[in-house]
Amino acid sequence: MADVAQQNIDQVHSGETRRDFLFLTAGAIGGIGVVATIWPFVDTLNPARDTLALSSTEVDLAPIQVGQRLTVAWRGKPVFIAHRTPEEIKAAEDVDISQLRDPQKDADRVQKSEWLIIVGVCTHLGCIPLGQKAGDDRGSFGGWFCPCHGSVYDTSGRIRQGPAPLNLWLPGDAELASKALYKFTSDAAITIG
Amino acid sequence: MARRVFATAVLGAAMLAPALALAADETPLPRQQWSFDGVFGTYDRASAQRGFQVYKEICSVCHPVKHLHFRDLMDIGYSEDELKAIATGYQVTDGPNDEGQMFQRPGRPSDPIPGPFPNDQAARAANNGALPPDQSLIVKARPGGPDYVYGILTGYKDAPTGFNLLPGMNYNEFFPGHQIAMPPPLSDNAVTFADGVPATVPQMAHDVVTFLTWAAEPRLEDRHRTGFKVTLFLVVAAGVFYAAKRKIWAPIH
Amino acid sequence: MADNRPGATARIIRWIDYRLPFVQFLNHELNEYPTPRNLSYWWNYGSLSGIMLVVMIASGVILATQYTPSADLAFDSVERIMRDVNYGWLVRYVHMNGGSMFFAIVYIHLFRGLYYGSYKNPRELLWIIGVIILLLLIATAFMGYVLPWGQMSYWAATVITNLFSAIPLVGPGIVTFLWGGFTVGDPTLHRFYALHYLLPFVILAVVLLHLVALHRHGSNNPLGIDHKGPQDTIPFHPYYTIKDLFGLTVFLLIYGFFVFYAPNFLGEPDNYIPANPMQTPNHIVPEWYLLPYYAILRSITFPILFVSSKLAGVILAFSSIFILFFLPWLDTSPVRSARFRPIYKWVFWLLVIDVVALGWVGANPPQGIVVTVGQIATFYYFFHMLILIPLIGKLERPRPLPSSIGTAVLSGGARLSGAGTPLAKP
Repeated sequence: MADVAQQNIDQVHSGETRRDFLFLTAGAIGGIGVVATIWPFVDTLNPARDTLALSSTEVDLAPIQVGQRLTVAWRGKPVFIAHRTPEEIKAAEDVDISQLRDPQKDADRVQKSEWLIIVGVCTHLGCIPLGQKAGDDRGSFGGWFCPCHGSVYDTSGRIRQGPAPLNLWLPGDAELASKALYKFTSDAAITIG
Repeated sequence: MARRVFATAVLGAAMLAPALALAADETPLPRQQWSFDGVFGTYDRASAQRGFQVYKEICSVCHPVKHLHFRDLMDIGYSEDELKAIATGYQVTDGPNDEGQMFQRPGRPSDPIPGPFPNDQAARAANNGALPPDQSLIVKARPGGPDYVYGILTGYKDAPTGFNLLPGMNYNEFFPGHQIAMPPPLSDNAVTFADGVPATVPQMAHDVVTFLTWAAEPRLEDRHRTGFKVTLFLVVAAGVFYAAKRKIWAPIH
Repeated sequence: MADNRPGATARIIRWIDYRLPFVQFLNHELNEYPTPRNLSYWWNYGSLSGIMLVVMIASGVILATQYTPSADLAFDSVERIMRDVNYGWLVRYVHMNGGSMFFAIVYIHLFRGLYYGSYKNPRELLWIIGVIILLLLIATAFMGYVLPWGQMSYWAATVITNLFSAIPLVGPGIVTFLWGGFTVGDPTLHRFYALHYLLPFVILAVVLLHLVALHRHGSNNPLGIDHKGPQDTIPFHPYYTIKDLFGLTVFLLIYGFFVFYAPNFLGEPDNYIPANPMQTPNHIVPEWYLLPYYAILRSITFPILFVSSKLAGVILAFSSIFILFFLPWLDTSPVRSARFRPIYKWVFWLLVIDVVALGWVGANPPQGIVVTVGQIATFYYFFHMLILIPLIGKLERPRPLPSSIGTAVLSGGARLSGAGTPLAKP
C-alpha cells in the first residue's frame, strides 16, 4: 500500500505522465484564482469614488484683479493663481533659461500669460511659500519666498535661490500628467483637475 | 452518503432558523416582480429615474436620503450635465467663510443630496413628534424589503369597523400594528412623468421602490456580474480539482 | 534574476535551511507526515477553518483601512465602504458572510469531533485548545457585530454586556468598567474595535498550538483506530492537499452564493438602521451562530436555589461551552468512533436536533410554546452531556473494531477482517 502510494508520488513528481496536463491546469487555475482574489482587496486602497469626485475644482477668475493673487484648495493642496502684471510677465519671459537650476521657459508654464497657475508647495521639503497676501515677502525676484529654508521663486514660479531643486509644480506634475491639469472653461473661469 | 446529506440539511436548517421565525399576526406581503430580482437582476433605468422624480417631488418634503450624492445619479442613467443641473437646483449649506458665517451655495455633483430638515429635532417638530426616517437604506432596513415598502405605499385603506385608530394616525394594511403616522403620500397623477408613463399609485410606488432599492444597494449590478464570473470560474475549478483528485487517488482506491 | 536551474535553487534552499530549517520543515509536515488513508470529507473542515481565518483577517484589515470606529461616524463609514470604496461592497460582504461561514465550518468541525471521538486520548488537549478557539471566535464575532453601529449592534452589545450585572456584588461595577461609561457608547465602540482587531491574532497563535498538538499524534480517522504502520497511512501531500483544494472550491461556491446573491440573508434588517440609544428594536436577536446560547440564556425563567434566574441563565449559557472542556473525561466509551457505537451513533443525532431546536428558540420571541421548547431543549443538552454520554459509554456494547485501517479499507470500508479488540486505555 505504501509502495503504491510512494510509486504514485514518484510518478507525480517525475513529470512524465499524461496526468501532467491536468495538474498544470489545476495549478494554473489555482494561481489565477489567487491573483484574481487579491486584486479587489488591493484596489480598495486606490482613491475611492468620493475622493475622485473632489479631485476637480472650479475657480471663477473674474474677481481677481491684475496684480492680485488667490489661493484655492485642490486635492488637499494650495494652488496659487496669480493675475500677473505686464512687468511680471516681462520679467518672467526675459530670463536666460540656461542660468536656471530647473530650466523651463515661461511659455511652457502658462496657457494664458497673464494667468500663472501653480501648486503652492515648495519643492524642497513641502512648506507653503509666502507671496500670496499683500505685505508678504516675495523674495528678490518678485515671485514667492519660502520662509522654511529660504527658497526664492520668480514671477513664473521657477526656483532662483535657495535649496529647492525644482520649479513650483504645475497642477498635474505630481501625478506625472503630460500637460497641466487645468483648462479654461471661459475667459474668466478655469477647472483644475 | 445519506447521513452526509442529512447532516448538511440539518446545518442548513440551523442557519435558516432566523428566517423560520414565527410571523406575528400580519397580513402576508404580496410579492411584486422587480427588474432587480434573481441572479441576473438589474435596475430598470427608466423606472429608477421616474422613481427619483417621485422621491424628489413627493417624498423629499419630509424624508432625507443622506447617503446619496448627486454624482451617484449617473448610475441610473443621468448624464453629467443632467445631474449638474439637478445639483444646482438645490441650495447647500457651506462654510464657515472667512467672516465665520455659514452660507448657502448651489449644489455640486460631489455634494450629498440635502435633506428637508437641518437635523432630527427640526424634522420631529415639523411632523408632530414623528421622525420621517432617512430613505437611503429603507429597503434593506425592513423585513420584506422592496415588497414591504411597496406594500406600505399602496396599503392605505379605511380602518375596519371596530379598529381603534388613534388620532393623527392612518390605517395601513402592511405596517406592523396597522397604524402609521405618515399620511398616504401617493395619489393618482401626483407627478407627471417626463416619459409619459401614466402616474398611477401602483406605478409611482413601483418606480419609487426601484429607485429606493438602487439607493440602498447601488452596487447590485456589479455584484451580480462579478458573481456570475466567480461562479463560472469556481465550477470549472471544482471540476478540474475533482478530476485531479481522482487521478491522484486512483491507485489507492 | 535568480537562476532557475535545479542546481542553483537547491544551493539557495540548502543555504536557508541550514540557518532556518523552513523547507525541511515543510517537507516533513507535508510529504512525510503520515495521515490515515481513510479520511472522509468530514476531515476537510479543519483546513477550511484555517483558510477562513486567513480570509477574515485579510478582509478585516482591508476594512480597517476605511472604517472609522467612532459612534458618530462608524455607520456612515461603513456605507462609504459599500458605495464609494473600490470593491468595498465585496470586501464588506466577504467579511460579513465570512463570519457566518466560519461558524458553520467550525461547528461542523466540532460535531465531526463529537461523532468520531476525536477528543479522546491522546487528543484531549487538542480538543481543549479547539474549545478555547471557539470561545475566542465567539468573543471576536460578538465585538465585530457591534462595529457597524446599527440598531442591532448597539442593542446586542447592551443586552450581552448587561449580563455581567448578574454577577453578585461586583456585577454592576464590572458592567460600567466594560462600557467605559454609563451605557454602551463611544468608549465601548473604541475598545471593541481594538479588541476585535487584536483577538484574531491571538486566535492565530492558538491555532498554531492546535496544529502542533495535532501533529503530535496525527489525525483521528472515521474508524477511530490508531494507524499501526505505513500500510495505514499516506503522505499528506499530494493526497490531502488536492482533496482539501477540491473541498475548498465547493465551499467557495456556497460562500460565493451568499456573498454575490444573498448577502443579507443571514443578517438582520434592523442593523441597517443607525443605532438609536433611545429606541429598542422589537426583537433583539443575535446572529444565527449565537442563537443556541441565547436560547439557553433566556430559558431560565425561574431562580434556582439562591441564584437569580438572570444569573442562572448566564451561568448555563456559558456552561454549555465550558462543559465541552470536560468531554474527554465525561465520555467513558472505550471506543472512539460512533461507527462502532450502536447506541451513541443515534443519540448523537438527538444532540444535533437539540441544538437546531435551541437555534429556533433563540430566533423567536420568548412566548408560549417557544419557552417550553427552549426549556426542554436546554435540559436535554445538559442531560446529554452530563448523564447520557457517561452512561452510554459504560453501558453500550461496542461493535468489534477492525484490526487495522489498512485491512478495513482493503476489505471495502469498515467491514471486519478478523477479530478486533476495542481500544485499550493506557
